[in-house]
Amino acid sequence: MTPIELQEELTSLYTQHADTIAKSSSETINNRRVKAMEDFVRLGIPSKKTEEYRYTNLMPYLKGEYTYELAPARFSVDLNDLFRCDIPTLDTNIVLALNGFFYEKNQIDRLPEGVIISSLAKASLEYPELVNQHYSRYADTSLDSLAALNTLFAQDGIFIYVPKNVVLDKPIQIINVGFSLQNLRITRRNLFVAEAGSQASILICDHTLCKSSFITNSLTEVYVGENARLDIVRMQNENDKSSLINNSFIYQAANSHLSSNTISLHGGLIRNNVFTKLDGKGANNETYGLFFCKEDQHVASFTHIHHAKPNCTSDQLFKGVLDDNATGAFNGKILVDKYASKTLAYQRNHNILLSKQAKMNTKPQLEIYNDDVKCSHGATVGQINEEALFYLRSRGIARKEAHHLLMYAFADEVISKISLEPLRERMNDMVEKRLRGELSHCENCAIQHN
Amino acid sequence: MLEIKDLRAAIDGKEILKGITLSVKPGEVHAVMGPNGSGKSTLASVLAGRETFEVTGGSVSYLGEDLLELPAEDRARKGIFLGFQYPVEIPGVSMVNFMKTAINEQRKFKGMDPISASDFLKLMREKKEIVEITSSLTNRSVNEGFSGGEKKKNEIFQMAMLEPKLAILDETDSGLDIDALRIVANGVNKLRNKDNATIVITHYQRLLDHIVPDHVHVLYKGRIVKSSGKELALELEEKGYDWLKEEN
Ligand SMILES: Nc1ncnc2c1ncn2[C@@H]1O[C@H](COP(=O)(O)OP(=O)(O)OP(=O)(O)O)[C@@H](O)[C@H]1O
Ligand SMILES: [Mg+2]
Repeated sequence: MTPIELQEELTSLYTQHADTIAKSSSETINNRRVKAMEDFVRLGIPSKKTEEYRYTNLMPYLKGEYTYELAPARFSVDLNDLFRCDIPTLDTNIVLALNGFFYEKNQIDRLPEGVIISSLAKASLEYPELVNQHYSRYADTSLDSLAALNTLFAQDGIFIYVPKNVVLDKPIQIINVGFSLQNLRITRRNLFVAEAGSQASILICDHTLCKSSFITNSLTEVYVGENARLDIVRMQNENDKSSLINNSFIYQAANSHLSSNTISLHGGLIRNNVFTKLDGKGANNETYGLFFCKEDQHVASFTHIHHAKPNCTSDQLFKGVLDDNATGAFNGKILVDKYASKTLAYQRNHNILLSKQAKMNTKPQLEIYNDDVKCSHGATVGQINEEALFYLRSRGIARKEAHHLLMYAFADEVISKISLEPLRERMNDMVEKRLRGELSHCENCAIQHN
Repeated sequence: MLEIKDLRAAIDGKEILKGITLSVKPGEVHAVMGPNGSGKSTLASVLAGRETFEVTGGSVSYLGEDLLELPAEDRARKGIFLGFQYPVEIPGVSMVNFMKTAINEQRKFKGMDPISASDFLKLMREKKEIVEITSSLTNRSVNEGFSGGEKKKNEIFQMAMLEPKLAILDETDSGLDIDALRIVANGVNKLRNKDNATIVITHYQRLLDHIVPDHVHVLYKGRIVKSSGKELALELEEKGYDWLKEEN
């Protein structure tokens, strides 16, 4: 299958079901489809010629027979019973999404006045103005054809709204579940709005609950208002036959703070695109990522941090460990506008190759149109430190354990950036299990995949 | 306890140890001296089990066992300790985690249960005193940002924690100030007993004032060219190595 054939298949899939999709959605969501279709048709499925995807060959992962669900799937089992991904020391507000749709049996706790955690489809009907003010305002579908594709098919996902000056003590935990007997293509659309002065943290766990192969096109728009603080931690742990394309579009107002920490543990293809616009003085952004991949996996991180206003800071740290035939890519772009004086922008990317066949491509891109900025970037691709390995072994530590200690030390720099302690501990635990090869599912998941 | 016979080792096809024979008995201290590049650290590495060096001939028996058959970690568990000439910095691995893992691996090997948290803390405290190092060092990542002298003290601290039977100290004295030298030497002496042995590799007589050797060997171009009592170190200090180089 060629990229063009896939593009045709997807556009005709849309045309065929356009009515059903439109009927299930609000005007707000439907209104954005025309431009999305134009962009998707113009951009096409990314190929080797697409600069941003030069090192990510999507086609081997995206081709094949997949079904598509136009309405939420119904299972007799209650995911709330099945899926107890609770963090013992951490009390979270759990919200489940099944195959991209807000789960009908979600049991959301009482929330502080004005806070909304809901289905995006439903929210766009219940709060049309609010959703319309933000929906598809940050996602620029002309930048990424898969973002365009997402906007074209978008029906549902999670909507989170934190009103002005509200501080949510309890983190929100979104659990995305892929559950299907047949291979399934999923579209998932989230919108998070943190109004001025508010504070919240969101943990997003991506899972597949069975051995079917999933292709998920996920897009999350995030608005962080003035002086607001939002911390997002993602844990990507789908089965190794599945592909996850995850676009994030982040908009930050003055003096806002956003941290994003993406930990990728399992999955066949993982592509994380983060587009961030620092559009108010003094905004602060931290974008971190850590991945482990092996066999024929591919994990790619693409970041685009746009400093549009003065006195903003951004810090990026991405680390990866690649084994077997795995391949990875990091493409980190920092764009500093001519108005964005006193910008501080840092970027680091470090990778370890555990095999001769593993490959990592890393490419920093700095575009700076202002003289009064401090920018730095650094990238390394290396092997495990043999000297350190021998040092540890010379103290009686078995090679395997020594290896584990070194990998864990490498990962720790990213994990330690997670500010919420119970979340950090939980991620620690998950990474530790992943390193020991014991992790293929969440400890508490009732349904396990390999 | 250690019998080295005609040991040869090479790296990248280049022979560095060219037939070393050395016998160490329990309770003894051996000093190994010799010009730069003569193979002292190579000998230490080969004994500790570093695979980058290929053993091309000879044999080493340790406590009656063929040492060369064992991987590095097993050698350590059986009581061999190498104090590195250049201790390695390992960012992200805390000293505490490192030592706890090492102690527990040793205990597991002996069929013992993991050490309790309180016993471990007690052990750490006790051993830190011996080498007079502070918690500010043991609370950090392994050797990360340690000064040259601090790294050397940390080697002795690890030795104190692991209580080896055979310690090989590779230039543990270089880079130490006079006080630190005394502390390190005291540390080594406190850990000495009739059952264990020490090989100290050094360039300087002054360490041997504190750790008095039973035998002094001179290594030159991969061979032991002279072995004698402690007076040899004094002679070397005075005359240098030229007279030995000429003889060989
Ligand atoms: N990894 C290596 N690759 C190539 N040559 C090596 C390697 N390690 C050691 N050598 C060579 O082996 C020889 C002996 O080195 P070694 O470090 O054992 O000397 P030394 O006696 O400890 O010296 P010094 O007193 O300077 O510490 C030197 O010529 C050195 O260059
Ligand atoms: Mg040396």
